[in-house]
Amino acid sequence: MSLPEFWFLLIGILFTGYFVLEGFDFGVGILMSIVGRGDEIRKRAILNTIGPVWDGNEVWLITAGGAMFAAFPEWYASLFSGFYVALLLILLALIVRAVAIEWRGKIDDPRWRWWTDAAIAFGSWVPALAWGLAFANIVRGVRVDEHKQVLDGFLDLLNPYALLGALTTLLLFVLHGAVFIALKTGGDLRDQVERIARGIWLPTVVVVGGFGVWTQLAYGHGWTWIPLGLAVFGLVLAGVAVLRHRDGWAFTGTALTIVAALVLLFGALFPYVLPSTLDAAYGLSVDGRTVDGHATVSASSTHYTLVVMSWVAVVLTPVVLIYQGWTYWVFRKRITVEQIPPPIGLPLRARTR
Amino acid sequence: MDVVDVSRWQFGITTVYHFIFVPLTVGLAPLVAGMQTAWVITGKDHWYRLTKFFGKLFMINFALGVATGIVQEFQFGMNWSEYSRFVGDVFGAPLAMEGLAAFFLESTFLGLWIFGWSRLPKLVHLATIWLVAIGVTASAYFIIAANSFMQHPVGARYNPETGRAELQSIAALLSNNTALAAFPHVVAGAFLTAGTFVAGIGGWWMVRHARSGDAEKLAEARSMWRPAARCGMWVIVISGIALVVTGDVQGKLMFQQQPMKMASAESLCHTATDPDFSVLTVGTHNNCDSVTHVIEVPGVLPFLAEGKFSGVTLEGVKDLQISYNEKYGPGDYRPNLFVTYWTFRAMIGWAVGSALIAVLGFWMTRRGRVPDQKWFKWLCLICIPTPFLANSAGWVFTEMGRQPWVVAPNPTGNPEIRMTVQDAVSGHSAGTVLASLIVFTLVYGVLAFAWFFLMRRYVIAGPEKPPSESETADVGKLSFAY
Repeated sequence: MSLPEFWFLLIGILFTGYFVLEGFDFGVGILMSIVGRGDEIRKRAILNTIGPVWDGNEVWLITAGGAMFAAFPEWYASLFSGFYVALLLILLALIVRAVAIEWRGKIDDPRWRWWTDAAIAFGSWVPALAWGLAFANIVRGVRVDEHKQVLDGFLDLLNPYALLGALTTLLLFVLHGAVFIALKTGGDLRDQVERIARGIWLPTVVVVGGFGVWTQLAYGHGWTWIPLGLAVFGLVLAGVAVLRHRDGWAFTGTALTIVAALVLLFGALFPYVLPSTLDAAYGLSVDGRTVDGHATVSASSTHYTLVVMSWVAVVLTPVVLIYQGWTYWVFRKRITVEQIPPPIGLPLRARTR
Repeated sequence: MDVVDVSRWQFGITTVYHFIFVPLTVGLAPLVAGMQTAWVITGKDHWYRLTKFFGKLFMINFALGVATGIVQEFQFGMNWSEYSRFVGDVFGAPLAMEGLAAFFLESTFLGLWIFGWSRLPKLVHLATIWLVAIGVTASAYFIIAANSFMQHPVGARYNPETGRAELQSIAALLSNNTALAAFPHVVAGAFLTAGTFVAGIGGWWMVRHARSGDAEKLAEARSMWRPAARCGMWVIVISGIALVVTGDVQGKLMFQQQPMKMASAESLCHTATDPDFSVLTVGTHNNCDSVTHVIEVPGVLPFLAEGKFSGVTLEGVKDLQISYNEKYGPGDYRPNLFVTYWTFRAMIGWAVGSALIAVLGFWMTRRGRVPDQKWFKWLCLICIPTPFLANSAGWVFTEMGRQPWVVAPNPTGNPEIRMTVQDAVSGHSAGTVLASLIVFTLVYGVLAFAWFFLMRRYVIAGPEKPPSESETADVGKLSFAY
């Protein structure tokens, strides 16, 4: 494997880690207001399933962005300037979600919580939809011109294939979040999210399957039938496990589906990183190789930069995995509504002395 | 306004906003870790209460620091894609390292610290906050190394075939003398911010309790707030000395590496030998002829530049402009002289606020005294924002002094590695960027308001009482939940 290929793989792994981990964060954020409607303790129990870990999960995205900048600066530059409005929406969503999660319990007042809950919902719905939209468009290709500029505007991103992609990530993350909550809670709450998981399982299978088959037929390679099959298998596993109340297996199933979906998307994309629908020769690829008789534009950094970054990644990634894994182990116990302490926030208005 | 202007405003606003919260995070993390260490070692309740109290303020602040930091990571590609193409090979490396080595560390272990109070052994829990402190400091180092490449590019070669800067030596990049000078200066500034924060809040509470006439509160002022305030004052003194020393080193480097920046900071229009240091000027500055120097001090400038009191020739803005025109072709190579002149003075001037707390505070609390003067209480509060203003002024000076360059040419390096801000911007319409600028400014404005509201509420609420026996026995509940 050449170094640009290795970095393509690594960035794929970083995004896969991001979607597996933030996938249930988004699902939790979406389900919090639905499952916990009108019941503050239930809301808090749901939110606290991701309490100690959501911030570390989000860093996967920041690191993936940094890795793209370091290893494929042309990809980073074209993609983020080209998908301007979509990225802006995602950034706004992540900003308000981060502060809302952290500040929610600081003031004990229903109006304050209304705003933070709205921000958590906005911050979970928008990225859950927008990431699918963005990745579908990356695989599909956009109008990249000879100056590596993306000519498509935000409205051009709203094509049928990408809209299906948005629906795919939304449903997949909600299902993933539901089985995660079921895994991390006990009592009534667990039963309720299990019912939700059962309810959305079939639509998820249909949409994910449809999007996967479309991706495979339009953009896939021979070997990407395997991840497509695994993605469907993951959903079947999750469905069976939910029916049998096997929370761990259900979560394994949805996690497998997300991993397999990312392998399918990145696999379909390779060797391009941003194909052009204007002219195949304008497409950005990992190393500027010739694809189907067309020369392509290299997005990669120089050999030296990739060597340096490879050493850094090889040394640090296992360390990160170990301590993040340990965090999940420390907080492995199920949360029940009985365990949620009374609110410790201050009243909205200071009492007059 | 064209797209360059709105993109500059957007980057400026989002970065200054980010850097309101960052220094408090970087400085407060080790101080909270120190307080918790004091509690673990001495077992005294008041260190526990201070740890919890400042820990809560730290978390309120950390949330906004993280939220605003996410934008920074992507803004290079969004608004400055030509810059990202030109330097990505070099500039991306420290950014990716920052994510892998620092962001993961701080975010993961902060989660463990917040939620681990009753779930981790005491010493392991103490280690988590120290790891957070290490993480925030490491992230400062990597991002400053990246910024220093823009000020003084080293460790890279220019590839004429691709028209890009290519990384040649990661060691040279990470040991850039500009970075080695800027990093301790920024960290010292962060400690000054946090020291002033702790001393200011501690001093305010000390006087407040001393005036209450309540014996229990007076005892609290003596046993808890006085040590906290004095601890903050010591941090101010030590970081203040570090700021002067590192600032001097940095200034001397700038005179060599970015003479235009220093000439404009001094409002020095014409090359001169042993020019006087200007303290006050009148005029618009941007036209050299309209500046009138009102107060000047001899001997200071040669010392700032080269550590001597005389025999130093410094180049002026006009002469530098002529020589840059010869070197880099026609163009205006002058930064905004008004901004660089006044932000340099504001940076130094605002530090007086912290100095006041430290000098007067040590005097007021000398030999075990607990002051109860109302004026001291208000002084403590008023001085808390001053280091924030100094930090902002310092960064505005550093960044606006680099204009018109986004990568300033290294006078002893390859002159091909240079880029103007004009050439760095993405090809968006001004309207698109203006819309995002307005959205960011509004959202950030609302969040800043909420941040201030929360900080104020929690400072006034004061620390909680240590948990009673019955509460610690209630093992069924989580020790913390959002």
